[in-house]
Amino acid sequence: MSQDIYVVIEHLRGQVSEISFVMLAGARDLVKGLGGNVVAVLLGHDAQGLAGNLAADKVLYFDHPALAEFTSDAYQKVLIGLISKDQPRVILFGSTSIGTDMASTLSIKLGLPMVSSCRSFSAGGKFVSQICGGKIMVEGDLPGPTALVTMVPGGYKAEQGQSAQSPAITLVDVPALESLRVTLANYIEPEAGDVDIAKEPVLVSVGRGIQNQDNIVLAEELAKALGGVVSGSRPVIDQGWLATSRLVGKSGKSVKPKVYLAFGISGAPEHVEGITNSDTIIAINTDPAAPIFGVAKYGSEIDLFDLIEVLTEKVKQSKGG
Amino acid sequence: MTANGAGEHSFYDQVLESTPDGERLRLCLQCGDCSGICPFGYLMIHPPSRMIAHLRADRFEKVLATDTVWMCVSCYACTAVCPAQIPLTPGLMARTKEELILAGNVPAELQSALENSQRYGNPLGESPRKRADWATGIVPEVKILSKVRKKVDVMWFVGDYPSYHPRVQLITKALTKVLNALGVDFGILGPEESSDGDSQRLAGERGLFEMLAEKNGMAFNKYEFNEIITTDPHAYNAIKNEYPGLDISFPIRHYTEFLADRLDQLKPLLKREVKAKVTYHDPCYLGRANGIFDQPRTILQAIPGLELVEMSHNHKNSLCCGGGGGGMWLDGFQWEKAHVRLSEWRVSEALAAGAEILAVACPYESPRFEDATKTVQGAGQLKVRDIAELLVEAMGN
Amino acid sequence: MNIVILVKLVPDLVEELTIDSSGVALDTAWLRLIINEFDDHAIEQGILLKERGGGQVTVVAPDIEGVDDVLFTAAAKGADRLIKVKGDFTGVNNHALARAFTAVVKELQPDLMLTGVQANNDLDGSVGPLLAGCLEMPYVGYISGVSLNEGKSKVRKEYPGGLIAEMDVTLPAVLGIQAAEQPPRYVAVSKVRQMMKTSTIEERTVSGLDMVGGPTIGRMFKTEAGQHATMLTGSPDEVAAKLVGIFKELGVL
Repeated sequence: MSQDIYVVIEHLRGQVSEISFVMLAGARDLVKGLGGNVVAVLLGHDAQGLAGNLAADKVLYFDHPALAEFTSDAYQKVLIGLISKDQPRVILFGSTSIGTDMASTLSIKLGLPMVSSCRSFSAGGKFVSQICGGKIMVEGDLPGPTALVTMVPGGYKAEQGQSAQSPAITLVDVPALESLRVTLANYIEPEAGDVDIAKEPVLVSVGRGIQNQDNIVLAEELAKALGGVVSGSRPVIDQGWLATSRLVGKSGKSVKPKVYLAFGISGAPEHVEGITNSDTIIAINTDPAAPIFGVAKYGSEIDLFDLIEVLTEKVKQSKGG
Repeated sequence: MTANGAGEHSFYDQVLESTPDGERLRLCLQCGDCSGICPFGYLMIHPPSRMIAHLRADRFEKVLATDTVWMCVSCYACTAVCPAQIPLTPGLMARTKEELILAGNVPAELQSALENSQRYGNPLGESPRKRADWATGIVPEVKILSKVRKKVDVMWFVGDYPSYHPRVQLITKALTKVLNALGVDFGILGPEESSDGDSQRLAGERGLFEMLAEKNGMAFNKYEFNEIITTDPHAYNAIKNEYPGLDISFPIRHYTEFLADRLDQLKPLLKREVKAKVTYHDPCYLGRANGIFDQPRTILQAIPGLELVEMSHNHKNSLCCGGGGGGMWLDGFQWEKAHVRLSEWRVSEALAAGAEILAVACPYESPRFEDATKTVQGAGQLKVRDIAELLVEAMGN
Repeated sequence: MNIVILVKLVPDLVEELTIDSSGVALDTAWLRLIINEFDDHAIEQGILLKERGGGQVTVVAPDIEGVDDVLFTAAAKGADRLIKVKGDFTGVNNHALARAFTAVVKELQPDLMLTGVQANNDLDGSVGPLLAGCLEMPYVGYISGVSLNEGKSKVRKEYPGGLIAEMDVTLPAVLGIQAAEQPPRYVAVSKVRQMMKTSTIEERTVSGLDMVGGPTIGRMFKTEAGQHATMLTGSPDEVAAKLVGIFKELGVL
């Protein structure tokens, strides 16, 4: 038993996911109050290199071909052994396609309590979670003796979980991994040949408020004038009005433009997750109570259809045509 | 699709039974007037006359395999022009849409509107508790019947868009001013009011319509009032013509009928000139479907300075704004097929008539026509105003 | 193919949410409960699998307000059996719900269990993986496609950025559905009303709901607006001019 905070590092195809750094930052926040070490738990194959910039006190590394890419059965088998043996104070998982495949099942199998959707930790090691579309916050004591916690982004910045120095890596024995009930067959890439919105300096993003596919051209004109591209929230992509590669948010991309212009986007947490690293968010929405105004630096209740063409004109004029 | 054999309750039989005079379908001459006058007839693979041909030839599966019936905006043009007086809109078109819905074949936008109507009592998906929020802050306070609990002269059935849509709420507030200026003793149901259900009925959801009507009927029966008025011709049509079939019978008038009756009282209040050429758009469900053409014009002509001009399609052959029969919730779908909107045609007609103001009397119209003024060349200056709003302007408020 | 779908009802976010006097729970007075959107997708996916490959679909839900309508709607979509689990589910967490479902599922012996990948009121994980833990079955979540073969299923698991992992899962298994292969179909009100007359909802009872495993809530509160955006007002022309000024400040123009 220890007061250590274990962080289950998530990686996909050779890249550590941003949530891993957010969790490491959260873990650092926790050890301030609870004491103990931040321990990164890395499962993979020939993946030591991924530990390079993890802001952890040490890394427990499990190497096995069956762990090369995430599958729930194999990863859980390893973690069951590790957690039973080490009994850390808290184990952090991402509230993601990877983390949520494991955390709840482990809670039952290990008989350990869990908390999900945790955004941050407050003084005294309390968890702060958000539920109900981000409208309700819940705070409480971290259950003991060992708590499993899934984390969402928003409470900590990824940079806080990154380190210039490589932490010490300890290679740990992997239990037998046979008769796996979940195996990876292959990956299917998203549509290629389109822009990478995560690299764009200006994004003109549209939500339900754009109303139909034909109005997207208005956003495209503005984006062109500003030297950026168009992106969108889930409802717009679901309708097929924009390619999946343009999706901003939890199931899409995290973006970090200089300016994120949100037109007709309400600001549900799944979307906001993808824009918290933007320098400046500007939101246009006729609903004064839209949650997006809580993360935007500037906003206006003006109708986007009244504004957008006028704005495009003015931008073009200020550039000299 | 079952055969039109004797003894079998085929789809053909169901269409014949779907409306009181449905049997008239047998008298179809295949003249094609319906398909010709239908504003989107040219886009339908099976316009009304062809639908009947397939129906009578027992090949209706061909119609059901296509989705072009969703281009129908239930404008009643076909029904009004049919020489055999077949109830095409409420019978054939609505029943065909119903068949598609039962097969689960519903455009996504429309599906949302129907699901919202079921869950929240309005197609916009707004909380029913907020249905009377538009009245907050109005002095004198708008009477909500559940709070007031005494008899009123008039129960004002407000409707979905007038309650929730920001543009249409302006019209609701305008009518409130007019009613108060006339000293009308009125009350509203507020959160107890549900969608009238008429557009949902014509979009093929008969079951949903009945559910909404039943709820409204229960609310109506709780309170005492002499008559119902409404700004919504669709609610007017439902409560006047369809609710009695469900044993919900209450006298109802469109607000233009109500005000036309009180013209002597109203005229002295219209002190300010509204100097403009105004053209009046006959809403499908007020004009063509229910024969009310004169009262709205009478009211407009009572406004000093107002010059009434007519568009080339007027009175009985008025051009639909495109909102009825589910059209409000099929914009994306219809745009994909047509690349033109009926509201844009109508706005062009208003311009051609030399109008500066397009006057309306139905809640679907102001948002639709105002959107159209943004896309039609030269329509940027055309104003869209409900008759109630013009009255308030003339009252000098 | 015996498919069981686990469904729960959650707060409707259209209505305003308030905290009750205890300070640790939602006020139920004006709370509208609706089917968890992802569970609706699970039902659709289950029906699609049945339509493609035959089999039986059973929908199981806890007995709380609104459950009958949810179950009859599922029947109208094509579900074969409807089961309502009776018990006092007020304030019950997912651990308790998963345990309640476990008893019913063991009786049904399904090949495949589908449930929504998450729900808006999840605070102690999600029902799907918890259930998998109780049943000692494999679990894969964020599923947007399922195909079935003898004793195995091939699933499409969603990752951010549109990346999809195709995985093979041995059955029986629990899958957490993110999106059905087509949006949940519409069901006419008349069809649901018909189901109310012709279908029956079976009942199972659970004694004692075991909430062990979830956290204790110390405080529940509404998200503060916190920092609020600086609002720009005026005519479209004025707002556009202000925005151009901001763009210049930010070095974008």
